[in-house]
Amino acid sequence: MKIIIVGCGKIGKTILASLVREKHDVLAIDINPAVVSEITNAYDVMGICGNGTEYEKLKEAGAAKADLFIAATSSDELNMLSCFAAKRMGAKYTVARIRNTGNNDNVSLDFMKNQLELSMSINPEMLTARAIYNVIKLPSAAKVEEFSSHRFEMIELILREDSPLDGVSLIELRRQSRENFLICTVRRGDEVYIPQGNFRLKSGDRVGVIISGRDTQKVLKTLGIAHKQIRNALIMGAGNVSYYLARMLLDNHIEVKIIEKDPDKCAEFLEQVPGVTVICGNGMDQDLLREEGLSSADAFVALTGHDEENILISFYAMSQKTNKVITKINAEELSAIAEKLGLESIVSPKKLIADTLVRYARALRNSEGSKVETLYSLMNGDVEALEFNVLQDFEYLNIPLKDINFRKDVLLAGIVRGRVSIIPSGADVIKAGDKAIVIAAGERIYDLADIVSKDR
Amino acid sequence: MNYKMIFYTVGQVLLLEGAMLALPVIVALIYAEWSVALSLSETAAVALGTGLLLILCLKRRNPAIYAKEGLIIVSFAWIAVSLVGALPFVISGEIPSYVDALFETVSGFTTTGASIVTAVESMSRGLLFWRSFTHWIGGMGVLVFVMAIASRTPDRSINILRAEMPGPIVDKLVPRSKDTAKILYIIYVSLTGLLIILLLCGGMPLFDSVIHAMGTAGTGGFGVKADSITGYNSYLQWVIAVFMLLFGVNFNLYYLLLIRKFRAVLRSRELWSYLSTFAASVILVSYSVYPLYENFSDVARVSFFNVSSVMTTTGYVVENFTAWNAPLAKAVFVALMFIGSCAGSTAGGFKVTRLVILFKKAGNELRRVLHPRTATIVKFEGKKVGEETLGSVSVYLALYVISFTVIVLLLSFERSFSFEANFTAAASCFNNIGPMFDNVAGGGTFANYSVFSKLVLAFAMLLGRLELYPLLLTVNPYTWLKK
Repeated sequence: MKIIIVGCGKIGKTILASLVREKHDVLAIDINPAVVSEITNAYDVMGICGNGTEYEKLKEAGAAKADLFIAATSSDELNMLSCFAAKRMGAKYTVARIRNTGNNDNVSLDFMKNQLELSMSINPEMLTARAIYNVIKLPSAAKVEEFSSHRFEMIELILREDSPLDGVSLIELRRQSRENFLICTVRRGDEVYIPQGNFRLKSGDRVGVIISGRDTQKVLKTLGIAHKQIRNALIMGAGNVSYYLARMLLDNHIEVKIIEKDPDKCAEFLEQVPGVTVICGNGMDQDLLREEGLSSADAFVALTGHDEENILISFYAMSQKTNKVITKINAEELSAIAEKLGLESIVSPKKLIADTLVRYARALRNSEGSKVETLYSLMNGDVEALEFNVLQDFEYLNIPLKDINFRKDVLLAGIVRGRVSIIPSGADVIKAGDKAIVIAAGERIYDLADIVSKDR
Repeated sequence: MNYKMIFYTVGQVLLLEGAMLALPVIVALIYAEWSVALSLSETAAVALGTGLLLILCLKRRNPAIYAKEGLIIVSFAWIAVSLVGALPFVISGEIPSYVDALFETVSGFTTTGASIVTAVESMSRGLLFWRSFTHWIGGMGVLVFVMAIASRTPDRSINILRAEMPGPIVDKLVPRSKDTAKILYIIYVSLTGLLIILLLCGGMPLFDSVIHAMGTAGTGGFGVKADSITGYNSYLQWVIAVFMLLFGVNFNLYYLLLIRKFRAVLRSRELWSYLSTFAASVILVSYSVYPLYENFSDVARVSFFNVSSVMTTTGYVVENFTAWNAPLAKAVFVALMFIGSCAGSTAGGFKVTRLVILFKKAGNELRRVLHPRTATIVKFEGKKVGEETLGSVSVYLALYVISFTVIVLLLSFERSFSFEANFTAAASCFNNIGPMFDNVAGGGTFANYSVFSKLVLAFAMLLGRLELYPLLLTVNPYTWLKK
């Protein structure tokens, strides 16, 4: 697919890298010549230096023939304008990054999207806030991802030292409990497994579990994982993510306390989000944190603009026995290190954005076949969880799963049929109209048909 | 330094060479040259074996290639294909000395066309074909070909494209390197095919047509006759002259033609500089040789052909112009040898592109003398040329002059050649042109040079084709120090 990306800052570059990995023809436009030469050296893309709203540049880039046009500069106006121009020139789908809070309430966003004929708008801060909110709702999980149908959740858990699951094999676990769940990925050290029935869990494992939505609490209980509802949260930094997160938390009756250095930002935040407590002070100041009750906070969220600050202060919070610590880290390298050092819940805006666009591009690529509804990259991108709409033309409809020769590195983890969610066993079948959730390592999956082994 | 990836790529290139050798084998079989076919197949086996071994041994590797790896890969790959490509000449016994065979092969791959064979007519068809086929592959680039057909291109593969494609600025035509390589080869193949058909129409035998088409396409210069193109009729000479000129044009322009951006082609500063230099040279040479022929059509044909041949660094010859009593024409030829053609073509030399940029830069400096505070930029093809590129072009000029001087010095150890002979021989090899311009005794070949000088000239050819940096980096000890 021919994809044009305007603006190659942090977000733009992440999108670019993941789309190149998906083997799309990518062309990047950026105003900074140094950035253009850097990306053309590092990735197999073509670069154009210039302003992405100019007709001449868009023509040079071939916007008229682009399948997907993504504007991801730091300016909303620029993004909207260049998407509008590209659409008028003939680009098939346009995606704009729109992040100003003023543009992001439902009414104005819908208006703009309609008027500009945007196919999608992306807001990294909103996505980040949503991801953090999901974890806060379910604090015993390191990470929670939802599938579009809301029937299933994918939860990442870390098995602690004293976990009752230490040494238990998956078959035994299945026998013990009657709940609807499936362990579908395990990471141990640097290795990622899609485990078979005889796989034995060990403490320290990072386990990905698919759970049918309503059973979540029950399943966590059977897995012996303590669960405490979060009633208040301490957030460091008053940026856009904090804004969206605070609104979501307040709507769900969770108390929010914000610590921010800049007095102007404090005032602005109070104005925008009534009902929060805003403390004006340096979040890196440990005295201040203790004074503001860090140890009694149910959740601590580090959301400053600096990865290093976020990491350090999160470690401090963990040392103070804060129940749940969530850290925002932008740089991929840093998040890998931080996770190794022991941070549990790390949220990366860049990765969320990349996932969103990769899913979007994949769904566009095979608009005829079974559509990708949801896509998450798990375990640092080694494994993907995908949700497909099953269409009439799927070759293996109504065949018992045990008779289908699945690819070795693929797991059919869940089927949603109407209002019922099924964790499939060998006797189950896939029907047209279902939604199928697939976990896949190794080669990428573009169509539901890809899950079946090619060699017989 | 990512050694695994370097040798893995060399393995891929050798595999490709092994596959390529199938073509001359077929030719040898058609002409019933059994022993030649055997020697070619043995070489193919060596290439395939070594290539497979390297690839299988280096399965687990880190695919990241940075600029230095790109340069080293290119120089290693070219040395490897030359070392292996020389084998059939030795095994078949047609060129008994390995150094001679290596000289011939390097000359082939670098599209120089310099030869040590004094009796071309007695060479077997299979080896003649292989010799010219190396021109064709070397013209567009061995690694570019690998990239066009390999299933997976490494990250940062642009570094390989940059290292192998001539010119100061290498742009991709389309987002992916692999597709760019494919498009370039498609253009290359179609132009070559067209040339073969036109030559056949003029009554040239099929074998000769293919050989000359490959020699012209790669701007190489190997032929099948000692007097090069002189013996063919004037239609054939015109066709070859025009196609030499065409293969000296930046291939990006053909792509622009394909996607119907005609205006961009017409506005190309590089193209106009190339064509106007060409036209001026033709006029000067015509003026200089008119008294020798006194026939307008002959003068036009001879001047056009030879200017086209020297400027595009092909090295085909009609009428042995080295024997002319026309000093102006000779001076023009020597100048053209150094200028060369467009970047992104199959030709060698310093490249018109660099010259245009340097002239503009020089103009700016002169203006700065008049107005010390004047602000200047250099624009090329409608875009500002970055300081980095400007610097690298100036450095390239310096390195180019120094390398050439050293080569001439090394050649001057030969006692039996005049200074003029050594100078033009060095210029001819370094700029990938080919024939010897001042050696009547050797029949225009390099056969009489010593082993040492042949190795120096072979190195000079590689240096010229790969545009200095890859080889200079390879012989620079700092590259290999672990610090």
